[in-house]
Amino acid sequence: MTSSQNWLFRPFQERSTQIFLGVLITALIVVTFLHLFMPQDSALHVSAYTVTLLGKYLCYALLAVAVDLVWGYLGILSLGHGAFFALGGYAMGMYLMRQIGDRGTYGDPILPDFMVFLNWQELPWYWLGFDMAWFAFIMVLLAPGLLALVFGFLAFRSRVTGVYLSIITQALTFALMLAFFRNEMGFGGNNGLTDFRDILGFNLRSDATRLGLFIATGIALALGYIICRAIVTSKLGRVSVACRDAEARTRFLGYRVERVQLFVFVISAMLAGVAGALYVPQVGIINPSEFSPLFSIEIVVWVALGGRATLYGAVIGAILVNYAKTVFTGVMPDAWLFALGALFVLVTVFLPKGIAGLLQKRKKAENDDDPATAQEATA
Amino acid sequence: MGILRSLLSLRLASLLVLLMAIAAPAFSQTEEDPGQALLANLADASPRQMDAAIEAIVNSGDPRARSWLDAFGNNRLSRNKDTGQVVVVLRNVGRDWTIADPLTGENLGEISRRELDRVNINNAIRGKLEGVLAMLDLYSTNPEIQRAAAEAMMGKVNEPVIEPLNKLLEQDLPPRVRDRLELAVAIYQLEQGDAQAKAEAITVLTGSLHSRARAALNNAVAGDDPAIAASAKAALVSIEQKLKMNRAAETLYFGLSLGSVLVLAAIGLAITFGVMGVINMAHGELIMLGAYTTWGMQQLLPGQPGLALILSIPAGFMVAALAGIAIERSVIQYLKGRPLETLLATFGISLILQQLVRTVISPLNRSVTTPEWMSGSLVINDALSLTLNRLYVIGFALVVFAGLMLIMRKTRLGLEVRAVTQNRAMARSMGIKATRVDIMTFALGSGVAGLAGVALSQITNVGPNLGQNYIIDSFMVVVFGGVGNLWGTLVAGLTLGTINQILEPWAGAVLAKIMVLVMIILFIQKRPKGLFPQKGRAAEG
Amino acid sequence: MSMFEQLANRDRVFEFLAPAASPVDVRHGPILYLEDVNVSFDGFKAINNLNLTIDDGELRCIIGPNGAGKTTMMDIITGKTRPDTGSVWFGSRHNLLTMNEPDIASLGIGRKFQKPTVFEALTVFENLELAMAADKRIFPTLTAIMKPEYRDRIDEVLDMIKLKTLRDKPAGILSHGQKQWLEIGMLLMQKPRLLLVDEPVAGMTEQEMERTAELLTSLAGKQSVVVVEHDMGFVRSIARQVTVLHQGSVLAEGTMDQVSNDPEVIKVYLGEEA
Repeated sequence: MTSSQNWLFRPFQERSTQIFLGVLITALIVVTFLHLFMPQDSALHVSAYTVTLLGKYLCYALLAVAVDLVWGYLGILSLGHGAFFALGGYAMGMYLMRQIGDRGTYGDPILPDFMVFLNWQELPWYWLGFDMAWFAFIMVLLAPGLLALVFGFLAFRSRVTGVYLSIITQALTFALMLAFFRNEMGFGGNNGLTDFRDILGFNLRSDATRLGLFIATGIALALGYIICRAIVTSKLGRVSVACRDAEARTRFLGYRVERVQLFVFVISAMLAGVAGALYVPQVGIINPSEFSPLFSIEIVVWVALGGRATLYGAVIGAILVNYAKTVFTGVMPDAWLFALGALFVLVTVFLPKGIAGLLQKRKKAENDDDPATAQEATA
Repeated sequence: MGILRSLLSLRLASLLVLLMAIAAPAFSQTEEDPGQALLANLADASPRQMDAAIEAIVNSGDPRARSWLDAFGNNRLSRNKDTGQVVVVLRNVGRDWTIADPLTGENLGEISRRELDRVNINNAIRGKLEGVLAMLDLYSTNPEIQRAAAEAMMGKVNEPVIEPLNKLLEQDLPPRVRDRLELAVAIYQLEQGDAQAKAEAITVLTGSLHSRARAALNNAVAGDDPAIAASAKAALVSIEQKLKMNRAAETLYFGLSLGSVLVLAAIGLAITFGVMGVINMAHGELIMLGAYTTWGMQQLLPGQPGLALILSIPAGFMVAALAGIAIERSVIQYLKGRPLETLLATFGISLILQQLVRTVISPLNRSVTTPEWMSGSLVINDALSLTLNRLYVIGFALVVFAGLMLIMRKTRLGLEVRAVTQNRAMARSMGIKATRVDIMTFALGSGVAGLAGVALSQITNVGPNLGQNYIIDSFMVVVFGGVGNLWGTLVAGLTLGTINQILEPWAGAVLAKIMVLVMIILFIQKRPKGLFPQKGRAAEG
Repeated sequence: MSMFEQLANRDRVFEFLAPAASPVDVRHGPILYLEDVNVSFDGFKAINNLNLTIDDGELRCIIGPNGAGKTTMMDIITGKTRPDTGSVWFGSRHNLLTMNEPDIASLGIGRKFQKPTVFEALTVFENLELAMAADKRIFPTLTAIMKPEYRDRIDEVLDMIKLKTLRDKPAGILSHGQKQWLEIGMLLMQKPRLLLVDEPVAGMTEQEMERTAELLTSLAGKQSVVVVEHDMGFVRSIARQVTVLHQGSVLAEGTMDQVSNDPEVIKVYLGEEA
């Protein structure tokens, strides 16, 4: 566990990380191969549509990893991570919007269509700079990071934790949703931002760009996973677990619990922002519904299903639930909410450690003297 | 002027006759109806003879006089060219008009409009007729009609009625009617009277909140007499101030009304969350169940919305309480001591309940009828009237709150609940059945949610999303007030409701809501345990 | 070790700073000084004009019936509860009322809770690792590396608290007494100047109790120790100086013999024992 290795390289020594990265990279290569080299009519051909769908799942997986980092290891159940995801998405959306240039319906070289429609004369100050990719990409990290910093600073300083924190994070995303619904905010109101054309000069509607985005998402997921793993395997990770299980005790050991919480929370928010930013070009739209409390709480159930405090569990959960959602909404849309509701209940009551818990149990049965399993499963 | 004089000559006795005639049964078919002659007289009258014909109808004391004159005034009185019968036109669209017998009210079917000869009325007569009708109503002993007539006089006073009005004012009148009539006369005087009358009129109008009084004063300010203009201006200023106070009172009323809704929605949560420490995200859906119970009850008892509503109170409580028990037994009891998991599981339940209502009933909103005794409004003065349904909800919220306080403070259940809350193990060892207390507490909190739903059905749409709209607000109220403190919930609910209403006019509804949410988030930073925190070592655990 | 690691390794800086980590000034008398402290919870006076001084290197036992204010007193010293009035000084330089828990902890006040609180999801070794005196800011903690000398020190303490065989087991599986010891071990890792120990022997066997007594007495002299305990036999076995708390203030102070012969004390406390 405790290694003398530099913290950034520690994750690579773990078997779970090696397996995870192995599976992820293999999946990326296989999908790319099947998409590019299998003939269109072959059963093995992966269509551009499927590639984008998989890319969407990977975005959700990264988002779930971010939530697991704060919930699983820090004990902070954020019901507002959708807000960070959406902020990252909006930052990207604003960049893509400015890339449209004069190709919009109204042909205004500067103003996006919805602003022309609202009779706005000039670009609001907060839209400045988003025509530059580097600036937008920094904002993808900064916007959610700053929100998390301010919100977390206020919340953790006054020791708001547990269900209180959950509820006010939910209120936060709800307030943001209401705000973004307003046309006056300058983010396209109800309709959000859409009709994107290209990203970094590549046509968003071309199959090659879609594949590129899918691969980029996969790499982002791998990097995000490694960063989270590096944190949780460091001494700071153990301090996080200490904060989660006995906050007061940790404080009496001389750790500034609120700073640990703030640090991890901000990192997690930024990862969520990256996930949102990769999501927007793939689905082609960002609107205020991403701020809805339902979406945020849905993320939590992905993590719960996959298994908390494992990170790879979050990935499994996100992909499984969203695959199920795709299938359900295609076959019988009315049943999806029933299924999702039942999932919430069943997972919390019968599967508190999630799928990862089942895997670990099995592993433990095989290899009974591994202390790590018992340790990580306790929550 | 004949009719007016005769109107004034109507003594109390003749008014009584008139009233008794209203109560008396219709004339039998065999007898000759005196109304026939009166109507024929009116129909045949030349413009000069109209006064006399109207006078005759008024003096007859016939209960149908009002309806005849109304029809006459509205150009609905016609004569059948063939039969010479005077008829009332019910529908005058198209080629064939629907007519009725003015004597019996019987529908005579359709007839070509060519067959009809309208009883003509000129504007001079119509102007007088309006005054006559209003005066006729002013003498009514039905206070509603009398009041409405007095109301109608505002700004309608003209030269012919001023004299009779002044006479009427000498008599004994209900205060409200007198007030109206005095204002009406004053408005007339301000517009038409001489300088002295104008000055007196301003004194009368000072302090009145009626929009017509203000309009008259505004005209006077623009008038050419500087002295009158100045005093009218002063009167307007004082009225403006009074209006401001009234607007503040109205905002407060709306605030209290919204606040009491929040209290109702949150108070059940204050019990399950505050007392038991259980986060029930399905609380909103329990509210929704209460609202749907009201709807269902009204479907069962069509035509009796009032009775249905009253029966919904116990029924809504029971439905929600039973649903609450089901939730507690099936899920929450297995998640004891794991608040975050409870939150997730109950959220799942809320999704299921919402979708259930969408599938079984309808995804669309259902309309719940407001019983008559709850519709309308309580008029405080010309600028302030309180809608009755909201007034009832405020009262209902307070009653529910008081009831809960009583249960928690004075009953065995309340004592046991508090004991279990403070020290579960100890309470059990003293023979309290903690499980039973859990069930009862949860049922109580859920039942109150049902009551909130019954109340909400009267002021908002009943639909599958009803609960969702209130859940975050409810949690905010509980957190703001301090968990485990019912008084805190009351104060917090009313405060938040009022703040929201104060912000709304200048910030808009959405922004006001956002501002309140942000305010609470900031407030929790300052006082993480709410307005009324529990102190001491026990509270730390 | 790579260049990067050497640069990133901030722990080295810490060792130079170590002596300065406990800048407590005890030249002018006591290490802990409480004067006229008052705390009330909703009208109930938990602490009532409490005055208490602990000398450097002293081993002090504090006894008192339930509700006497012992735990609240510890809460005040460690910054968990703020008193309504009064002053609390650590040495003659540090006003504890202006500091928060982590500051007070890093100043050198360690606390063992009444209910043993260890990190159950972490192993015994990791529990001690977290307690170890080190730079506890975010980035040093993130980049911290387990050096051989730290490992040795942890193993040393593991020996002391007899948990060596359970080194890599999660602390959650320990017995009550073992958790008590682990917590004491965590205190030792902190190298505090002042140890506040709340009911250290609850749930221990006779043998374990003896060992704990030995451990605590051996600490006194180098470090100051304040022990709150209910077990009279245990108190008698370690106490030199005893303070009796009653209704939030000091009722009597002296040696165990003096105190146990005090008529007031017998009335409110020892009387119940006899």
